[in-house]
Amino acid sequence: MGVELTTTRLEDAAKWAKQSTLDRATNWGRKFSLFTYPFVTACCGMEFMSVAGPKYDIARFGAEFPRFSPRQSDLLMIVGTITEKQGPALKRVFDQMAEPKWVIAFGVCASTGGFYQNYHAMPGADQVIPVDVYIPGCPPRPEQVLDALIMLMDRIQAGRGHSQLRDKREQVIAEAAQNE
Amino acid sequence: MSQKVLDALKAVHGGAIELLETQHGDAIAWIKRDQLVAVATWLKTSPEMAFDAPVFATCIDRLDWKPIDVPPGVPVYPNSAAWTDAGGKPRFEVVWQLRSSLHHHRLRLKAACPEHDPRVPSLASLWPAFNWQERETFDMYGIQFENHPDLRRIYLYEEFVGYPLRKDYPKEKRQPLVRRDDLPMNPIKAPGEGHH
Repeated sequence: MGVELTTTRLEDAAKWAKQSTLDRATNWGRKFSLFTYPFVTACCGMEFMSVAGPKYDIARFGAEFPRFSPRQSDLLMIVGTITEKQGPALKRVFDQMAEPKWVIAFGVCASTGGFYQNYHAMPGADQVIPVDVYIPGCPPRPEQVLDALIMLMDRIQAGRGHSQLRDKREQVIAEAAQNE
Repeated sequence: MSQKVLDALKAVHGGAIELLETQHGDAIAWIKRDQLVAVATWLKTSPEMAFDAPVFATCIDRLDWKPIDVPPGVPVYPNSAAWTDAGGKPRFEVVWQLRSSLHHHRLRLKAACPEHDPRVPSLASLWPAFNWQERETFDMYGIQFENHPDLRRIYLYEEFVGYPLRKDYPKEKRQPLVRRDDLPMNPIKAPGEGHH
């Protein structure tokens, strides 16, 4: 395929260094003003509240503002189990968000389905929408969530989010179609 | 207390009974399918029974069930000699739990049905609270409740094929409504072909 779609933090930093000044400024603005859409479906919501509350205080990273309309948000937090029946709704919420947009799978259920390996649970929200950062844990510690947010911010600054890479992705798909 | 209900049931509807038993103080009455509605109507309307509170309705899948630690000669359902329905060993036990708020007694009604003929009468017309419970049982086990007012899926989507709580439903089987088309297991579409 030729195009790398997953990177390490070090590679992100190297990518960041090569950006133009305008890109660097734009992405700097994006990473410090994430508006969150909490797609809260299950018990991980308690931990999300803990992160958003004053003790762990996600506001320190500029992501304190939950918007309950997907059209006004650019960070989709999938907090909890996603069922197969919810798949179309999740996909629709994601499609309604304006570009560029990022997705965090909060907790092991949103990441892989967790211990729900049966007919109703989706084996990870990435079956339906592209996920940028996965947070393991059942539920994750607030520190893990903040670490994931910082990881996502690094990725936004480097221009390596799924949404920012869409042109690259379509190039990959076109290459694959040509090879067939 | 539970024995009193069973004795009354035996005296009035003795011909409808497959088997009577008690478990942990709870009375259980296995009723023949074709007489279940008559028995249930009597249980609800007669003043000495007065079962006015439906507790739950569900089903048990006895696929490959084998009784353990039962001395020979003791009748064990569903391998019991008391079983008279033609069509072999019944696979499904449909369960309705009843309670009387007047007399404070309880009774568990059970009706067995074989795999090739999973039909039992609906009790939703007697206790409306069983309406959705029987729909859930239909949704998960595929039990056909006869004369149910609105027998269709309640939790699962209409596109779902099969009955997931049956013991022979594959654990790994998924029936997705949407999927990304760029996942490795999904065919990659050319640009412009659209994402579903």
